[in-house]
Amino acid sequence: MIEEIQRHSEALAPRFDGYRRRALAIGLIGIAATVFGYLTDHQQFFESYLLGFTYWVCMPVGCLGVLMIHHLGGGRWGFAIRRMLEAGASTMPVMFILGLPILAGMHDLFPWTHTEAVANDEVLTHKLPYLNSTFFIIRYVAYFAIWTAMAMLLTRWSVQQDQTQETWPTRRMQILSGPGIVLLSLLGTFAGTDWLMSLEPHWFSTIFCAIYILGMALMTWAFMTLVGVPLSKHQPLDVLLTNERLRDLGTMMLGFVMLWAYTSFSQLLIIWSGNLPEEITWYYTRLQGGWLYLGYALIGFHFAVPFLLLLSSRVKSHLRILIVVASGLMFMRLVDLYWITAPAFRDHDGGVLQSVALTPHWLDLAAPIGLGGIWVFFFFGQLKKRPLVPSNDPRFDYGALAAEAQEHGHHG
Amino acid sequence: MNDTSTGNGAHGLMAEFETPDELLAAAQKTYGEGYRRLDAYSPLPVHGLGAAIGFPQTNIAVISFICGVIGGLAGFALQYWVHMIEYPINIGGRPHFSGPMFIPVTFETTILFAAVGTVVALIVLNRLPQPYHPVFNVPEFERASQDRFFLCVESTDPQYETEGTRSFLQSLGPVKVSEVEA
Repeated sequence: MIEEIQRHSEALAPRFDGYRRRALAIGLIGIAATVFGYLTDHQQFFESYLLGFTYWVCMPVGCLGVLMIHHLGGGRWGFAIRRMLEAGASTMPVMFILGLPILAGMHDLFPWTHTEAVANDEVLTHKLPYLNSTFFIIRYVAYFAIWTAMAMLLTRWSVQQDQTQETWPTRRMQILSGPGIVLLSLLGTFAGTDWLMSLEPHWFSTIFCAIYILGMALMTWAFMTLVGVPLSKHQPLDVLLTNERLRDLGTMMLGFVMLWAYTSFSQLLIIWSGNLPEEITWYYTRLQGGWLYLGYALIGFHFAVPFLLLLSSRVKSHLRILIVVASGLMFMRLVDLYWITAPAFRDHDGGVLQSVALTPHWLDLAAPIGLGGIWVFFFFGQLKKRPLVPSNDPRFDYGALAAEAQEHGHHG
Repeated sequence: MNDTSTGNGAHGLMAEFETPDELLAAAQKTYGEGYRRLDAYSPLPVHGLGAAIGFPQTNIAVISFICGVIGGLAGFALQYWVHMIEYPINIGGRPHFSGPMFIPVTFETTILFAAVGTVVALIVLNRLPQPYHPVFNVPEFERASQDRFFLCVESTDPQYETEGTRSFLQSLGPVKVSEVEA
């Protein structure tokens, strides 16, 4: 059976190479445009680059999180997408390197790096032990070190399980995933605080990073759907990634759309009803002018429309609708992050009620597209490396599944 | 024993099986034979059994959805009426129409109406309460809630014919086939 899976998986390599070529071409064009943007406008470059980075870093981290959920909970959907999740998590070092420009641009992005401004600001002086450049860089390295280590261990054990009938690799993956998911949530909280919340260092919200982490998982479900639908038409995933499993991915998207809406709205409700000067400024800026309409767009297309479409199991069994919803959600994640980050740069002093103009820059699209192309290129590179279906997992028998599907095929 | 072959007076014929797989296979064969007035009884959910006896897709989800929408609108309207028309009151300087503050109650009434509507619809669509049902006339049927699986072909089926149906059900290898008195 393993040989057969291997053979079918290898047969898909040309298809993956095709995806890689296209992704690389798009990525290089995007990066070239972004570099051109750097030469013309430093400040805008770093702002857009941070958007692209905080967007695409969601993929490897989200894949790692969903992979751990799969190891802890089981379920056939997980076996269907495990190799894709592992491929996604394995791209962690790529995102580490792609994020280095953020460290170079710290001074342009984060107000707490301005020493003289911090010295005159009592609040920021108090936050100095955490919000300082050295510790920021140390934390950046630490997040990626731990994420990469966990991703590598899970991937290696998964490959080892392919080669042995004994169950110790599965056991190890489960043992790591329990504490791992706790650690991942903590790291995600710190990373979200560093990269997003500290853009306005006076402002704080305890649920903010939960929104970011849930967004990572939502993006992962959406991306798995986009990759899974075409793969479900080919061996070896055709018998595993059935329409029911793809519908499961839709159900997961529904769940995380609701979670995103729930946490995002909770943050708004608490801050809006509290109406405290140190909190409300964040929303004040974002609920003025064009930003307000962007906010309505988030309610509509990050929540209402996908929620209503995914609610009905009949609607979400149409693969085309699933693809549209997944693509839409991928895009709305970017809009959400834009709505979070961009006003911060136009309201750098914080703590002041201020209206700012919604002035999107072409770099806000070029940078995410460039980074995305590069990331997708490496993703399919990783996906090519291993058979697309895990073997020997004690909870899952691909052979029986394939035999059953074949039998049904003969009847039908 | 009645000798009419049309099954007049009987509710139908019931075959008893020992495992869910046997029941599922029997249900599929019976449906495949052309019988449509079928019902299956099992102490545990059997995946695919509903489809096997041709149980129609119910519109309970649509009912839940509509009830939820009504509940949401009602909850929002109630708050609008209270805060804007009937008793406008200044709460901490917030506007009378405080959109975000209306959402939690709107959410709750959505859930409440959807849940109550679903339960009521479930009772009505299942034609409950039903103090009498003929299948309980078969003594073995009490094990339907314990460890036995039953398939009942009802006499209203156009293809129903006491002896023919009985021998067909026998061919499925049940523990027993019993006639269900109406």
